[in-house]
Amino acid sequence: MPEVLKAPLVLEFPFTRSLGPVQSAFLTGLRERVVLGVKTGDGRTLVPPVEYDPVTAEEIRDLVEVASTGTVTTWAWNHEPRRGQPLDAPFAWVLVRLDGADTALLHALDAPGPDAVHTGMRVRVRWAEGRTGAITDIACFEPYEGAGEDEGDEEHQPTAHTGEFEDMVTGIVAPARLDYVYSPGRAQTDYIHALSEQRTVGERCPSCRKVYVPPRGACPTCGVATAEHVEVGPRGTITTFCIVNIKAKNLDIEVPYVYAHIALDGADLALHGRIGGIPYDQVRMGLRVEAVWSEGGRYPDHYRPTGEPDADYDVYKELL
Amino acid sequence: MRGAAVMREIAVVAFAQTDHRRTTDELSEVEMLMPVLHGVLEQTGLKTADIDFTCSGSSDYLAGRAFSFTLALDGVGAWPPISESHVEMDGAWALYEAWTKLLTGDADTALVYSYGKSSPGSVRDVLTRQLDPYYVAPLWPDSVALAALQAQALIDAGDTDEPALAAVAARSRTDASANSHAQVRGSVPQGDYVVRPLRTGDCPPVGDGAAAVILAAGDRARELCERPAWIRGIDHRIEAHGLGVRELTDSPSTRLAAEKAGAFERPVDTAELHAPFTAQEVVLRKALRLGDDVRVNPSGGALAANPVMAAGLIRIGEAAARIHRGESDRALAHATSGPCLQQNLVAVLEGDPR
Repeated sequence: MPEVLKAPLVLEFPFTRSLGPVQSAFLTGLRERVVLGVKTGDGRTLVPPVEYDPVTAEEIRDLVEVASTGTVTTWAWNHEPRRGQPLDAPFAWVLVRLDGADTALLHALDAPGPDAVHTGMRVRVRWAEGRTGAITDIACFEPYEGAGEDEGDEEHQPTAHTGEFEDMVTGIVAPARLDYVYSPGRAQTDYIHALSEQRTVGERCPSCRKVYVPPRGACPTCGVATAEHVEVGPRGTITTFCIVNIKAKNLDIEVPYVYAHIALDGADLALHGRIGGIPYDQVRMGLRVEAVWSEGGRYPDHYRPTGEPDADYDVYKELL
Repeated sequence: MRGAAVMREIAVVAFAQTDHRRTTDELSEVEMLMPVLHGVLEQTGLKTADIDFTCSGSSDYLAGRAFSFTLALDGVGAWPPISESHVEMDGAWALYEAWTKLLTGDADTALVYSYGKSSPGSVRDVLTRQLDPYYVAPLWPDSVALAALQAQALIDAGDTDEPALAAVAARSRTDASANSHAQVRGSVPQGDYVVRPLRTGDCPPVGDGAAAVILAAGDRARELCERPAWIRGIDHRIEAHGLGVRELTDSPSTRLAAEKAGAFERPVDTAELHAPFTAQEVVLRKALRLGDDVRVNPSGGALAANPVMAAGLIRIGEAAARIHRGESDRALAHATSGPCLQQNLVAVLEGDPR
């Protein structure tokens, strides 16, 4: 078996999310160094605040301000911070119940080591320098001895807050990135290896005898594994096509051009490719074509007419 | 739901799983999946055309392949067009959907499968993408970190300690010695902290795998299986998404699902619990009121093999297989989803009296 192909694959999206009224007030508040909670019908204060009561599903909108000091309710020591996490140096993950709140907020605690952390310890918010209206406006928590501070304590009573600030934050952009090492599996690895030798190799279903190109390792009709290699082409027939009038970004091809389904000789499934070497308005169903490989290319650059007579419709009608 | 006299009797009649491995680079998802699909069909003698309903569970995020579940359908033989559905969840929830489909009487047989290929990505990071996108996901708290917060809460509450967690790990891997499909078997060192208080041994292996089950109703089940594993009850419940809103040392959703599934009506002899982290078994034993006489995770559980999206379905399959083999008469199977046991499914399975 040839070497299994692998390649890095990065999926990266900036998710743009709009905020509801409670989330908007909370995140704008963080920008202004104010921590807001929300009151539930039974008088509890939820921090971080949500827009619907997690128990009753009732809409909740009564905002209150709580302290930026609080108590650790549980913790976990993270000696190897991962990408995107709040601190680069080892830190503790913590759930912190802020003074005046009845629920806990997840964040990081900057501490010298696990021996310096315990459930019940007092902490306070360390604000980020450049705040934008995001949960990361809290840089992290830090240990807090309480002496000399008048910000709050465990008996802290939350005070009503309108939730209104200048220039409210109404959305966040949350970048997400995941890194993979992609491997296409056995069948597609074989296909790609053959392509690099300018051969197109499909696989035959042992049950219905159809030849699939490109092969995916299974016959989608019979649900059984395909394995028998069958070289197809190099010539084929255009079964159907479209004319592309929109120029793709980073693609150096003049529009309009033709993109077509091509049934290679010997294949029972059409693959698709660009048609060149003929004016776009002369391309037709039944046109006979062959692959054109660019210098060092690992797959056909495009397909061009062979000059043979057009194929009869009956020959390819099942491959449309 | 359970018990009503009008309800159809539905059973698990076949179960197959792959050998779970750290990587399966040489296989695409459908190539990994096909042997288990063929396995359950062979066990029952059914052909693709005999299956009335097909339902699967998987997540494209694991391998980073968009619409991988449609490619996986190639392994089913979905022509002529079949009645089919998919959940972006563990296969246990696909089984729940198939069970409801059979209850309606629209189908007598169902194929349920699920698969997870975690090896191409970093599953600890991938799972952060299921969290609250406003307040939590921007901090990238990985799955081990969240489980560690729950473990510390249990230690603080006096419900467990590190030696007790190590004992859960050791028992699971020892039991897995008899399970040829398991990824981690036998004596395994408890290792260093991953995120304290959880050590390597407290965490599930990361790997690839797939599983499939066939459900059948009434007499059809009796035709297909010598001793069907009848689903006497099955229910699933979810808790609030806010971690700080929940009581992490308990699992009220598991308890309620178990109650609705009839688990507390009579004792079970076996429980297959989907506890990827050792501390979570402590929570589940408490919520399910399992006594010391209940055989917990004879397969080794998720600590021995945890193909994400399939590990819950495997719990149902393992419990059913013990009934098929006559090693259990009444078994509980549990599946979980989300951080710190956020969502839980409980099924109660029984064999006919011998």
